[in-house]
Amino acid sequence: MKATGTNAIDETFARLRASGEPAFIPYLTTGDPDPDTTVDLVKAAEEAGAHMIELGVPYSDPLADGPVIQRASERALRHRVTLADCMKVAVRARERGVKMPFILFTYYNPPLQYGLERFFTDLAEHGFSGVIMPDLPMEEDGEARRLAERTGVHLIPLVAPTSEGRAERIVSRARGFVYAVSSLGVTGVRDAFDAGVDAFLAALRRASPVPVCIGFGISSREQAERFSRVCDGVVVGSAIVRIVEEQLDALTSPDPEKKRRGVEAVRSFIAGLKPRTSR
Amino acid sequence: MNLVKTPDAHGRFGPFGGRFVPETLMNALFELEEAYNRFKEDEDFQAEIRYLLRQYAGRPTPLYFAKRLSDELGGARIYLKREDLNHTGAHKINNAIGQGVLARRMGKTKVIAETGAGQHGVATATVAALLGLECKVFMGEEDMERQRLNVFRMELLGAEVVPVTSGTRTLKDACNETLRYWVSHVNDTYYILGSATGPHPYPMMVRDFQRVIGQETREQILASEGRLPDVIVAAVGGGSNAIGMFHPFLEDEGVRLIGVEAAGLGLDTGKHAATLAMGRPGVFQGSMSYVLQNEHGQVQPAHSISAGLDYPGIGPEHAYLKETGRAEYVPVTDEEALSALKLLSRTEGIIPALESAHAVAHAIRIAPSMPRDALLVICLSGRGDKDVETILRHERGEKA
Repeated sequence: MKATGTNAIDETFARLRASGEPAFIPYLTTGDPDPDTTVDLVKAAEEAGAHMIELGVPYSDPLADGPVIQRASERALRHRVTLADCMKVAVRARERGVKMPFILFTYYNPPLQYGLERFFTDLAEHGFSGVIMPDLPMEEDGEARRLAERTGVHLIPLVAPTSEGRAERIVSRARGFVYAVSSLGVTGVRDAFDAGVDAFLAALRRASPVPVCIGFGISSREQAERFSRVCDGVVVGSAIVRIVEEQLDALTSPDPEKKRRGVEAVRSFIAGLKPRTSR
Repeated sequence: MNLVKTPDAHGRFGPFGGRFVPETLMNALFELEEAYNRFKEDEDFQAEIRYLLRQYAGRPTPLYFAKRLSDELGGARIYLKREDLNHTGAHKINNAIGQGVLARRMGKTKVIAETGAGQHGVATATVAALLGLECKVFMGEEDMERQRLNVFRMELLGAEVVPVTSGTRTLKDACNETLRYWVSHVNDTYYILGSATGPHPYPMMVRDFQRVIGQETREQILASEGRLPDVIVAAVGGGSNAIGMFHPFLEDEGVRLIGVEAAGLGLDTGKHAATLAMGRPGVFQGSMSYVLQNEHGQVQPAHSISAGLDYPGIGPEHAYLKETGRAEYVPVTDEEALSALKLLSRTEGIIPALESAHAVAHAIRIAPSMPRDALLVICLSGRGDKDVETILRHERGEKA
């Protein structure tokens, strides 16, 4: 399949640029606590003002993730949630009327076992606009990049504060946006960010032909607003996944009213993170 | 195809190896590779390592002719490469010395390591004490319970043992946690990885530091028998003792190389660590190699009575030697390893580590049908003192 037309991520950034808004990109671990609930939460995230969403594929060895997302992965894997299940969640969310672009976040081995070619084809067919693979550096991404180009799915690269001498090459071939890692370490809430983070973001934005969004450790509206003044968008993951964890009882309740309140608690938390800044 | 001049510039052994890690670590891996390649050629660096291996670790280790075991089995002449006689009781010290000296020369003052049974953790804590480095060892909570004495040994040596509570709470997750810590502290911390696994340059570097096993064996067998061995057997978990033993013999086509994997309770039980026999190629903990995994690419927990072999991955060079046919890999169960441990203990007065007992078990299988003048070398990678409690519990029918 040859990619045709434009990518929904690019369209979204174009629209945000016109309105002067930073992109707000929540993350959810797919299948935490179960795939049905993830569909509800994706819908809730859009209602809370998300412009795009990252859907994480649960993995047995998430070495770029901190304890919150590790536990979410374990919960999802207890239901044997697979890569194929994650793709189905996207389709079902679309059926529920969700319009925003979907980005899959997955470690490299599940797609590798699925078959890379089939993976990219199915991503496109299931309505994904981008994919992030945290353990696939540019030295190893040749095959994935070729397939991404062919299917029109954006392969979104990560750049770290330690990427000195590499960042320019990484951003020059980026598609969709560049995912800037806020500071050293795994995903999860941080109290403080590296003093050099503003200079790091400024340099990336100068070099990058696509927007630059920041993630890893952003857990409050204050932080989201602070960063959306110096880059094009923010990704919030662990802070949201932690609320999902807090609401587990409600989210897994057979009582529809109780479950609705759980989803509402997550929605309201996500809405409270959205930066109000205009750029 | 050249089996010896590996890996290539991308850290590949054929299709295996590479660097599959978060971007945050990439420059650290390049810095490490560059430093290693520079120091490798540095005579002063090599002299320091040679000195420590000799005066501190006790090398060369003997290549001991196991006459009573050979007579008992009635076949090949069996030699034991006595890595168990190294300081700290296993081959792990060879690599810990090499990387410890490298870390110090790179100006790093803090080192971290993962450990399963505790052998690599103890070796790293030992070298850290020797070289004045600050040391943290990550160890699964379950392994800490199983190997309490090794935890205490590491603490006596001044290391901090960090309990790992995630996932399986064993070696696999100790490796994940060490990588996570390294991602957060990469600017001032050196990761002393213990096996020939992980991202490039580790599989190459660990192999090079363990090659001393095979190099000595080669000289020693030529001195005692005037020829090379017919068969060499070594246990394989991640594969560091085996690759160190095999590598100097790769070009000697007459030398059969056999790696022994842990078959645990049996290959058909699902409770084993036979990665090459039962796994498939995949990316796990930084490199492309064989992995025990389900059809969805989720890594499966391994099982072996030997904590050092209880790992669902294997070094990429072993995957390559399997695919090229240069080495063969066979499984040995917990029970076979235990019987081999007893036979060696009673015939030779040597209690091997449970890891090494897997190699002994395969030698016991094949030696009787070999000619009386055939030469069989077993890599006795470690001593069994650490396993006595595990064996005792097993004999009593408790969970090991």
